[in-house]
Amino acid sequence: MVTIDDFASPVRPTWCTGCGNFAIWNAVKRALAQVGLAPHEVMLVSGIGCGSKLPDYTHANGYMTLHGRTVPVATGVRLANHGLRVLCTHGDGDAYAEGLGHMLHAARRNIGLVDIIQDNRIYGLTKGQYSPTSDRGRVSKTSPWGAFELPVNPIALALAAGATFVARSWSGDLNHLTATIVRALGHRGYALIDVFQPCVTFNRQNSYDFYRPRVYNLQDDPDYDVTDRMAAFARALEWGDRIPIGVFYQVEDRPAYEEQVPALKAGPLAPRPVEKLRPEQVQRLLEEFL
Amino acid sequence: MQTVDDLIIRIGGEAGMGLESSGVGFSQALVRGGLHVFGLPDYHSRIRGGHNFFSVRIARRPLYSHTEPVHLLLALDQETVRRHIGAVVPGGAVVYDEKDGLPDIPRRTDVGYFPVPLAKLAEEAGGSAIMRNTLVFAVAAGLIGFDPTYIESVARDNFARKGPAVVDANLRVIQAGVEVSRPFQADFPFRMEAVPGAPRRLLLNGNQAFAMGALAGGCRFVSGYPMTPGSPVLEWMAAHAAEYGVVTLQVEDEIAALCMAIGAGYAGVRAMAPTSGGGFSLMVEALGLAGMTEVPVVVYEAQRPGPSTGLATRTEQGDLLFVLHASQGEFPRIILAPGTVEQAFEAGWRAFNFAERYQCPVIVLSDHYLATSVRDVAPEDLNFDAVVIDRGELLTEADLDRLEGEYRRHAFTESGISPRAIPGHPKAVYASSSDEHDEYGHIYEDAENRRRMQEKRMRKLETARSEMRPPTAYGAADPDLTFIAWGSTYGPLREAVDRLNGQGVRARMLHFTDIWPVPQDVEKLLVGETIAVENNYSGQFADLLRMATGHTVSRRILKWDGRPLSPEYITHHVSRFT
Repeated sequence: MVTIDDFASPVRPTWCTGCGNFAIWNAVKRALAQVGLAPHEVMLVSGIGCGSKLPDYTHANGYMTLHGRTVPVATGVRLANHGLRVLCTHGDGDAYAEGLGHMLHAARRNIGLVDIIQDNRIYGLTKGQYSPTSDRGRVSKTSPWGAFELPVNPIALALAAGATFVARSWSGDLNHLTATIVRALGHRGYALIDVFQPCVTFNRQNSYDFYRPRVYNLQDDPDYDVTDRMAAFARALEWGDRIPIGVFYQVEDRPAYEEQVPALKAGPLAPRPVEKLRPEQVQRLLEEFL
Repeated sequence: MQTVDDLIIRIGGEAGMGLESSGVGFSQALVRGGLHVFGLPDYHSRIRGGHNFFSVRIARRPLYSHTEPVHLLLALDQETVRRHIGAVVPGGAVVYDEKDGLPDIPRRTDVGYFPVPLAKLAEEAGGSAIMRNTLVFAVAAGLIGFDPTYIESVARDNFARKGPAVVDANLRVIQAGVEVSRPFQADFPFRMEAVPGAPRRLLLNGNQAFAMGALAGGCRFVSGYPMTPGSPVLEWMAAHAAEYGVVTLQVEDEIAALCMAIGAGYAGVRAMAPTSGGGFSLMVEALGLAGMTEVPVVVYEAQRPGPSTGLATRTEQGDLLFVLHASQGEFPRIILAPGTVEQAFEAGWRAFNFAERYQCPVIVLSDHYLATSVRDVAPEDLNFDAVVIDRGELLTEADLDRLEGEYRRHAFTESGISPRAIPGHPKAVYASSSDEHDEYGHIYEDAENRRRMQEKRMRKLETARSEMRPPTAYGAADPDLTFIAWGSTYGPLREAVDRLNGQGVRARMLHFTDIWPVPQDVEKLLVGETIAVENNYSGQFADLLRMATGHTVSRRILKWDGRPLSPEYITHHVSRFT
């Protein structure tokens, strides 16, 4: 029986008091315990940023990589050992600025990752520059005139790229966040979860008080069909006084990338012994050049 | 009639005429006929048009290099005659298509001009004018007295999967080519007949040899993005992926390619990312990640001339100091630079052993010349028996079961190598970090820890140094001139050394495949007049040797026009200072 305590690390978080990352951290651990995945059966891959320190604070296999490169490293881990459940935890700068291309390709690849974006809509670790999800007009140290750019819409982008699981949650609702991660862990392909993560130090606009009255759960509407891609697009564009959270889209009819790779039909690669080629294999290779 | 030592046939035309495929096919036939070949493609970065050519050097002794003269020029357009007529030796000949005619340039009186209705005959015999690439090589076989049944056997094998009708069409085309050559045979003096019953030999290029070596060495993960001349390694691996259990992917960019290979390496699979210099430029940050988190990974970097896009389909050795210093900070890496097909095969499996033994990135530096030139070798020259799979200090399942206390992924050790656990065992749960970290992998900024951790990582390089092979010496034992080479200049320099020794100049080559860390005691070999021979502008290896050993080479013979060094180029430069 796996419990949340199995994931306890000796390292204490350096996050600010009230940081939305605490809820994400707890939700990840709760979700893993709930589905019965032990620390050695998972791999938490992150990039660089406040949120990307999450694997350091968690007793589980992990890898804190480069800013923006979380998803390709995680893809390599997953393909090398699909016996491990691989989760990505990284911020909006990591995922949607330097890593945006990788996210779109992971979605169209349908690689079996649970990709959790700690979306605080600001750069925290570098102290307060605007991010790809900051609102247009956002004043920051690097946008003193207010940001000229529109924010990226990760939900719509993931849908357009062919993601088979697209969800949003937020740090103000631990139960919803946990349930969303649990649902993603049961998904066979790529699962994106964009998480509103209030930054109490550098983003006073997108606070708990900002989100609480605005968010509503898509799954509260019994008529909402998670397999309807057009409906998901419509909800992805909804923003303002009402902001949807929950699962926008989920289909299970597309195989995960790793299910289609011939070399992986016989099971995960990493545990297989590395052996010299057999004489008949050598002979066959040489025949190609005779 | 004379049987020559060497005979060079060059076919030229536009991209899309199938010069390289027919050239390699003809080379294959020559090898089956007991001859030795060196095939050099020369092509532009375009799919149609332009001017491409393929040179096949043929001999009765093993060849290591191309050379510059041409005995028989096969011209599929006027441009080929215009560009290459000057390279044809006296007594040589040009075969050209009657329909193309000859360019409006002065005719040479010492060269034969053989008009043949190539397109018309190919159409009549095979049903398609495009088959004149095969036909013209059959004409060549007729002229040099080479038994065409070897060409037929290659055609049978190469076209078998397209069905008997295609095979028959090719056989008819070959027959027609031999027939049409008959009236010209008396006017072509050079002969290179087959050696029946010779042992079978392989024909392959450096890319293929490296890929096969990597596969033999247990490489099971390859991620790449198409870029000349490195991507054929990904293609070869993809073609063998299902049979040998290799995961291969074409990914969104080279950043992803190396990051994925690093992820796979972290998870315990022998992984590599093949590319060229431009792709490697994108991989630079990830290289440091592998260095910092001590992940075994192999990068195959087939150089082409830069900077930037440079000359996409040409050759240079301009990336040596770049790959040596790539990425911020200091971390151990190992660089190998094979110079021959045999060495490329060895580098394939050795790279993965180094990567796992020293838990660091290993870069195999190739270049367009080595990657794309084909050469024949004996099957035993690709020594599969010598392949060793050494995973270094990798903890087994049983080791981990017995593990006491918390696992320290980056434990301080005398050798600098920390015993590695593959993620997945309950007793070795860890997270490593690209941030500086403690022995467990936790982020840690303490000064003393940083000092010790950096020393631990760098110590691996000193441990590795003792394993680096000294240079291969070739030529005179007591030389007046010592040539220093690395990578693909092996072949041209070897032949230049032979020629110089034949002329009474005592010459010796020191050829390096193990570049970094620089092998021990190299300075003892660097005596007397030393001449660096490199396919680049500045002599980067000479600079590296000076940095590592204090030895300053006396002279440098360099070439940076995007074309490989030839034996003639080297001896010509030597003659200017001896």
